[in-house]
Order: sequence, then structure tokens, then C-alpha cells
Amino acid sequence: MLSLRNIANIEQPGWPEYMAGRAREARDERLKRFFEAGVPDPETPLKNVRLVALDLETTGMDVNRHAIVSIGMVPFTISRIQSGRSYYRVVRPRRLLREESVLIHHITHSEIASAPDLNNVLGELLEHLTGFLPVVHYHPIERRFLNESVKVRLGESLMFPMIDTMVLEARWQRQSFRARLNKWFGGQPQSIRLHESRERYNLPFYRGHHALTDALATAELLQAQVAHRFSPDTPVKKLWV
Amino acid sequence: MNAELLEIRDHMARFPPFDELDDALLDKLASEVDVAYFKAGSMILEADREIHDLCYIRSGAVEIYRRNDELYNRLGEGDIFGHFNLLRNNRVRFPARAMEDTLIYYIPDSIFYRLCEQDDNFAEFVEVEKPRLQATVEAQHKRNDLMSTRVRKVISRLPLLIESDATARDAATRMTRENVSAALIVEPAEDASMAIYTGADGRQWALCGILTDADLRQRLVAEGLSPDESIATLHSGELITIQSDETVQEAMLSILRNNVQHLPILHRRRPVGLLHLSDIIRYETQSSLYLVGSILNQSSLRGLVSLKHEVQTAFERMVRDGSDSKVIGTALSAIGRSFARRILELAEEELGPPPVPYAFMVLGSMARDEQTLVTDQDNAMVLSNDYDPEQHGEYFKTLAKRASDGLAACGYAYCSGNIMATNDQWRQPQKIWRRYFTEWIDNPTSESLLHCNIFFDLDAVYGDERLVEELEDLIVNKAPLSERFLAAMARNALNRTPPLGFFRTFVMEKSGKENRSINIKRRGTAPMVDLIRIHALACGSRAQNSFDRLDDIAQTQLLTPNAVEKIRYALEFMSMARIWHHLYDVEAGRNPDNNIEPADVSNSERHNLKDAFQVLSNAQSFLQFRYPSPRG
Repeated sequence: MLSLRNIANIEQPGWPEYMAGRAREARDERLKRFFEAGVPDPETPLKNVRLVALDLETTGMDVNRHAIVSIGMVPFTISRIQSGRSYYRVVRPRRLLREESVLIHHITHSEIASAPDLNNVLGELLEHLTGFLPVVHYHPIERRFLNESVKVRLGESLMFPMIDTMVLEARWQRQSFRARLNKWFGGQPQSIRLHESRERYNLPFYRGHHALTDALATAELLQAQVAHRFSPDTPVKKLWV
Repeated sequence: MNAELLEIRDHMARFPPFDELDDALLDKLASEVDVAYFKAGSMILEADREIHDLCYIRSGAVEIYRRNDELYNRLGEGDIFGHFNLLRNNRVRFPARAMEDTLIYYIPDSIFYRLCEQDDNFAEFVEVEKPRLQATVEAQHKRNDLMSTRVRKVISRLPLLIESDATARDAATRMTRENVSAALIVEPAEDASMAIYTGADGRQWALCGILTDADLRQRLVAEGLSPDESIATLHSGELITIQSDETVQEAMLSILRNNVQHLPILHRRRPVGLLHLSDIIRYETQSSLYLVGSILNQSSLRGLVSLKHEVQTAFERMVRDGSDSKVIGTALSAIGRSFARRILELAEEELGPPPVPYAFMVLGSMARDEQTLVTDQDNAMVLSNDYDPEQHGEYFKTLAKRASDGLAACGYAYCSGNIMATNDQWRQPQKIWRRYFTEWIDNPTSESLLHCNIFFDLDAVYGDERLVEELEDLIVNKAPLSERFLAAMARNALNRTPPLGFFRTFVMEKSGKENRSINIKRRGTAPMVDLIRIHALACGSRAQNSFDRLDDIAQTQLLTPNAVEKIRYALEFMSMARIWHHLYDVEAGRNPDNNIEPADVSNSERHNLKDAFQVLSNAQSFLQFRYPSPRG
């Protein structure tokens, strides 16, 4: 696994420029439309940014061996989560499903057998992302799996800026002065997994590993992080990766 | 696309008024909520802002204020607020602030209005004129009247579930260990067939059959098969089931009609019990009337003591049957009186007939017919005025001791305050009692006021009842005229106040202090009974039972009809909460007590308890106004 500090530092080319470049070059119409919509100005205050919590459930962690089985999205702002506009899809992976992962995701074989290929839902998936800044918990999963799945199908890549609630949590729980002090004295680091992070903000317990529930859980976590650590006027560039 | 967020729906489904919504409305509602997080201390609703949502507390705690910044209410998980604002021009009249980190679900006003129109229960809940407490108590009675008992009330345990790939030996071992004669067979569900449900583990299961002792005998042993055989081939695949809200009667008919021994009970598709014919028979013989009969038939103290556990069984039965607190209180009091009566009869057989007439009277809850499982004995003896201590003292002293020891052996603990006939002070000729009562009414002291709360609920259970009735006459004639006495009683009643609110893990006191648990008797039912007693004394009621006293009070101008009804519902609710708490304790093998811990209170109960405490608090404040201290 990459160290968290490295994650925070990769892909910082200036997202608006990157998106504009891709909008010119993209061959697939759906990708083109998505990139053309661009990203908010890096100075935009958080309160004016339209966000969408995104979660993928995959058959495993290795992008070369595993695949996406479900996608959940919930649009929101830092003051309201619009759960009624959420989006959820089960997709059929091209690779075989291992037994144990089926258990984790509460998705049965029959559900997957009748599910569409990602390519068939890519249009609606991108529509739900267009004009929104995605928010995830542990972004390497979403970034790599979406990119890889689209590359395999269209020969083009799909990348975009995201806010990662885990990276934000790591800033305070792992990299703060107090956290390092704790580490020097042999203390156990605080967990920055979704469930434990939520607990620190007194958010309720949710049954995990359902893409839609996890997306909602992530949206709530970002609201809590902003309420406790930022302000509605913080520029968005301070958060995205 | 309509993606379902089960976390939202399932949470709301547990809290009133949403718990009573039909599935379609609930789905619609859950699919349209917005969510927002508020840090502790931040404002959720600011005064005079426009508002277009009903707010539902998913987690955390919220304080509601009046416009003058006075604290109006504290709310917790599952509570709603903002509906008053929605019903009045969509302007915030009651600002709200997060006390703790809080997660709010916003329900759009369009849905709120639609729910008010389409669902009577919902409208009742949010309407100002009909408090939810009243709605709840009425609903309990409605359920009770509907038809006889629901079958779910007869089942005593969850069914044993065995996976279909287990061997016969495994199955038999587990059935033996759990001491059951049948188990339900389940298999992981692959496709969306009829009988699928989601288990506690989150997995999908299908109920596929039942395995009984008879199956093991007929299909395994008699056929000479190996115990390592899978039960898939053994169990009866064809399954006759019944829904948990069917009546016991219907279940019995189904067992007979289909010639089966066991009947699986389902809640929707989830198995919740396995009914055997013997469950129904056991159920039928646990009635309290039957118990009173057998108490009065016992010929020895030992026989009486052996019936002590049946009291608990009769109690459990009544509560599960959906009886109200008056039925339960009266039945338990009748049982207690029967014990007292039979113990005295047996003692008299041995000691000989009493030398002068006497009456054995019970006091407090038993006299009021409001007995619960947690009780001690409060009793006294009124002797004839012909009583001569020299001649008769020893007889009555012995008799009182027999009564008190006998009651203790039967489960009625000695009174810690020594309010028992064994105490010389409380075993006196009637003229002394008259002197006591007169003195207490004419010259109230802090000690005598406590006595009034016990002794002015009195009833003869054995002996010459007129001796007690004449004391009741004295109270009824004297108390209504004594302003000073009533004012002192009213002041005294304020010593025990209800708490302000009930939360997930603590009780909020008026002082702002938090408590781990609350004594529902000391802080709820007892102060309510006390204040009802004062009004009853003021209007010269002869009734002892609090509900009967309320009937008498309603005939007067002491309280508005509306206030009387509110008190009635609040008392009923608090009494039932206490009774259910006792039941849970008993079922968990604990000694029942009156200490309710917020974590153990169901969500709907929590809301209603808060309302009941509010009614009590208002009624207490009114006491001071109604019975002011006389001038001078």
C-alpha cells in the first residue's frame, strides 16, 4: 500500500488544466462531455461546490485481478445531502466473482448475472458525475478502478479531482504534531477507516460494504469534517487530491 | 433511478409516528429525505427563518427554545421537531440548537402535509390537540379489544434454525441441547423465491421445512438410515405456517385442521417462533382467577408458599395479553389479598377465634388495587374499642406476626418503614386510629404527611370490615374541609418531581444534571398517585383506586375535564412502562426493580414517557395554585 503522504502528493498538476486538455483530446463522446464540464475554480468556497459522494464495491483490492461490482452515488453540498437523488448500480464484472466477496457485498450471483456491463451504464454514471466534485473515502480504489475499467473498454483513461475524507482524516490523525508525538511515545495510531472516522464525529453506525450506504456515510463524514475542521468559506483546492 | 437507502428507511421505521406508516408511504418518505450534520452547539433552526422541512433526529440531541430564549424541550434520537413551525406559516417560532453532534433528516413539507392528510395516525401524532400519549394509550386498548390474543404472545422463544446441509446427528444434538422437539430448516437463498428473508447476519435465507422428533423416528430410525444422513432428505418440505398477528384461536384451528404438532410462526417471511399445542394449553391455565381459587383452597402455609411463583406467571400472562394497568393492578392485589386472607384464616384455626372483633387492613398500593410485582407489605390492624391490652394483647401480637411472616414467606417482603401490624403503633383499637387520623388532618407535620400518603389508601381484607369503613368515613368528612391540610399535602407532593427528558444513555434532570437511570415509581407513578390522592381528598371521594378517584374528580370543578384525561393517560402510560420493565427483568432472570435505564426503553416508550413526565410536571404546578396555603 502507498504511504498516505505519497497519496496526498500525487496528481497535483492543476486539475482545471488537466480537465481542459482531456476535453480536447477525448474520443468517446461521453468522456468528452464529462471533461468539458470541467471542475470548479480552485478558489471556490466549499459552500458553493456541488459534491457527489462516490463509492465502488470491488471484488478485491488489486486492480489487475479484481473488478467493480457496484457503484453508489449521493449528491450533496456541505449543508444538505440529497439522498433522494442517489444512484446505485450493480454491474457485471468481466472477471469471476470469488465466493467470499459475494458475502461482503450482499449481492447474489443472480443479481450480478442479470447486471449490465460497466460500458452500458458509463453514460449515466458520467452524467451523475458531471458538474459535481466527487468525494470518496480512500481514493486510490475509486481512481484506479474507474480508470482501469474505462481504459480496458474504451482505450482512454478517466481521471478527475476528488476529495478524500480519509486523506483529510490522516492529516489530523496521522500527520498532526500531536499524532507524531503520540507515535514517538509508542502509541497506537488512530484508525482512519470509514467507520472509526465517523465515530470520532459521533456519526451513527451503519452496516458497511454497500456502495450506496458507504457513499452516504462518506458524505456525512465530509459534512462533519467541514463543521469541525474547516469553514464553509475554505477554498476547495485545500481539500481535493 | 430510485436507489434505496435502507439505513434511512430502517431507522425511521422504528420510531413513532413513522413506525405505523404503511410500507408504500414509508418508502416514499425515506426516498426523499435530505441529510445534514450539525456540530454540537451550532444552530439548526434560527428564529424567523423560513422553514420547509420537518426535522428528524437520526443521532445526537437537540434543544428547542422559545423565542424569549427560554428552554422549551430537549429531544433525542427519533424525535421530530419543526412541525409546529410548518403548521404555522413556515416560519421558525421555536429555534433549535444541537446539544451534541447531531445528524438530522429533513422531510420535505410536501410529504409532511401529504402524510397528515393520508394517515390518521400520523396526523394525530403531530396534531396539537391530540397528544401522542393519548393516541398511544388508546391504540393499546384498541389492540386489546380487537379480538383475543395474538399468537405471537404465546411463543416463549425463538425457533431453532438448522441449515439444510446439517447431518441428522447434528440436528438431533442441537435439538436436544436446546430442549426442543422440532426445528426449522433453512437454506441460503439463491434466487428471489417466495420465502426469502434476511437473517441477523445480513444474509438471505429461505425457510424450506420443519424437522420434528417424529421425522427422526419415522424417516431415519425406522428406515434404518445412518445418523450421518443429511437432514435435507428427512424433513417435511411442505410447510404450514401462520402469521404472528393471527389469533391464538386461529393457530389452534390450523393445528387441528392440518393435523400437525408444530406450527411455525412468521412475521412476514421471517420465522419468529414454533408453536406446539402444549403452548396453548399452558397458556390457558395461567389465569389469575384460577390462581386466586387455588390460594383460597390451600390448607397450609407451605401450600401457599408453593404458589408464590405462580404469581409471576399470572403477571407475565396478563401483561403479554395486553391487559391495562388497572386490570393487572387489580388482579395482583386480589392475589395479595387472598394470600393475606388465607394466612389469617389458617392462623385463627390454630390460635382460636379472636377474643374481640378486629379488621386486618392493607394500605398503599394493595388498597388502591395498584399492586405490581415489586412490592412490600403495608398493613395494619384496627381492633374493636373493647380491646383490652392486658387480656387480648398477646393474641393479636401473635396473629399479626403470623400474618406478616406468612406474607413474607409468600413473597411480600417486610416493610422497610415498619408499616405493619406487628408494629405496636399500627395495631390499635379504632378510637386510637381515629385520634391518629384527626391529628394528622388538623396538625400536619412533615412526618404525618408521609403517613397520610400511605394510610389514607386503606382497605379491609379480613375481619370486621366496618371498623375500617368508619375510619374511611372520618377521612371523607374531615379532609375536604381542611384547607390547611390540603395545602400542606400539595406542598409535600412537590418533593418528588419528574425529570425533564429521557435520552439514549441518560436522564436529563431539571437542574441540567444527567442520571444513569430513573426510578419510575419514585419519579413517575408515585408522585402522580400522590397528586390524584390530594384532589380525591379534596372532593371527598371514597374511591381508593387512582383511576376511580379520577372518575370522582371529573365530577367536580377541581380540574378541567381535559386535565383529568391527560393525567389518566399519563398515569396509565407510566404504570405500563413500569409493568413492562418488571416483565423484562423477570424474563431476563433478574429481580424486578423500578429503575429504568434509558438504553432499555423502546423508542416509542421514550417519547411517551417524556410526554407523561410533562403532564405530571404541569399537574404538580397546578396543585399549588389549586390548594394555596390559607392566609394567616
